[in-house]
Amino acid sequence: MQTAKSGRKLRAKNAVIGWSFVLVAAVLICLFYFYPMIQALIMSFQTGSGANLTFTGFDNYVRLFKDPTFLTTVKNTVIYLIIQVPIMILLALFLSVLLNNKSLKLKGFFRTAIFLPCVTSLVAYSVIFKYLFGQDGIVNIMLMKVSLISEPIQWLTDPFWAKVAIIIAITWRWTGYNMIFYLSALQNVDESIYEAAKIDGASSVQQFFKITIPMLKPIILFTSITSTIGTLQLFDEVMNITKGGPGNATMTISQYIYNLSFKYTPDFGYAATVSYAIVIMIVIFSIIQFKVAGDKNE
Amino acid sequence: MSNLKRIFSYTVLIIASIVSIFPFLWMIVSSTNKSVEVTKGKLLPGSHFIENLHNLLDTVDLVPALMNSAKISITTTILGMLIASLAGYGFEIFKSKSKDFLFNFLLLSMMIPFAALMVPLFRMFGNISQNMPMIGIDTMSAVILPTVTTAFLIFFFRQSTKMFPKEILEAGRIDGLSELGIFLRIYVPTMKTTYAAAAIITFMASWNSYLWPLVILQSPENQTIPLLISNLGSSYSPDFGMNMTAIVIATLPVALIFFIMQKHFVAGMMGSVK
Repeated sequence: MQTAKSGRKLRAKNAVIGWSFVLVAAVLICLFYFYPMIQALIMSFQTGSGANLTFTGFDNYVRLFKDPTFLTTVKNTVIYLIIQVPIMILLALFLSVLLNNKSLKLKGFFRTAIFLPCVTSLVAYSVIFKYLFGQDGIVNIMLMKVSLISEPIQWLTDPFWAKVAIIIAITWRWTGYNMIFYLSALQNVDESIYEAAKIDGASSVQQFFKITIPMLKPIILFTSITSTIGTLQLFDEVMNITKGGPGNATMTISQYIYNLSFKYTPDFGYAATVSYAIVIMIVIFSIIQFKVAGDKNE
Repeated sequence: MSNLKRIFSYTVLIIASIVSIFPFLWMIVSSTNKSVEVTKGKLLPGSHFIENLHNLLDTVDLVPALMNSAKISITTTILGMLIASLAGYGFEIFKSKSKDFLFNFLLLSMMIPFAALMVPLFRMFGNISQNMPMIGIDTMSAVILPTVTTAFLIFFFRQSTKMFPKEILEAGRIDGLSELGIFLRIYVPTMKTTYAAAAIITFMASWNSYLWPLVILQSPENQTIPLLISNLGSSYSPDFGMNMTAIVIATLPVALIFFIMQKHFVAGMMGSVK
């Protein structure tokens, strides 16, 4: 009786201690993530300039679908997403397979070199890429020296090439990051599977698509979801490489939200509506990726 | 490995390495050259680094910006470590159904894009400004507070705590240590590598953060290094040599940390997906 009572007391005491360990973190995340999310939802039904907002129902959501700038930013963001993410993931997979070879020398050097871009700040590398891809920039100079082009490419002032420059920049920054995940996953793969495949006469290409990719599926899913979320939030690069131009040809949804809130006449309500568009896109793309990965499983 | 395959592997890896390193090399080389030489495509180091540095210090408030970034990053890292490791430890050691539910709920915050939080957070700090200007708009606290606790970091510490030998905790309890005492005197010293990995990731993220400081900081004397670099990049007729010097100086602290603690950094990143 005595021990049962003290046992219960101890458990209750432990529960209190346990909660107190997690309390500060839980309160801060609710305060700075979930509470603003609810605020944004409320604001998305309001309109007005600056802090004076009045309730207007679904007006902002109707405006969203008629807003050419918004539709352009969605188009741009989706283009970045469907072109850049697959290129980067395949490239990272390919490099990690090459690096996973046991008899390869200078492995440490290659790994560090390819991973190095990840330590730069997004702003710093964006400014460097802006200079690299300038009209008189070093990229044009070098391409002309090797006679690949006869006149400079308008990297930052042509709507098409500006998108290409952004995609090259993001790929440069994040391929090594993804590669590290694949490399660590590959190190856990049993060597004998490849040995057996070799004996059965599978080529390197077959091994890559029939063994490596299926084996790394969970980690590929993880990296494609984080890359998707990252691309949908793209801001620093576009802001610092092209400022969204020429016209709105490279502007992303995040940059549009920033402009709506702090650059144009501030319209917090409509900015909040646009921000919910990103939330919805993240949910949709994540579900698609889970579905695609799940189907292959069967 | 056949010879052909070997040649192919090395060629691809060497090209990938050159492409990865080239922008760094170009940045460093350009910081030692005059602006005109940079535009002419000079790829060899020059002798103008000191001159560029002088110009830089005369043109912008580099040292104050470095100090602001250092203050923000160090505070964020220390507070972040403390709060997240307490929570990660709490979620793993004192498990219960309701706490597991809370944990999963907190993880949802990783899916929330910052763009969706930016405007409400800005208004929130605007309201705070009226009563407590000390932590309102245009203050270091306003930069730090929203980013100091991330679900990722809590998740990271909880994952690492799974590996922690629980018998040591029991021994601590028998010796009459309080739960907080066990945490501070046994857990913290034992988990040094986890703290190191988490600290590097947090410091780098904080040092490099751009959008939220851009929104919340207004006066020039409060600007951080990324804001300064961004302003340099947007100038109409840039002094390339000088700007590259600024970027080199801004990148140096994180690059150094990366090289010294490379193992921990990579371990930390991979710990995030275990």
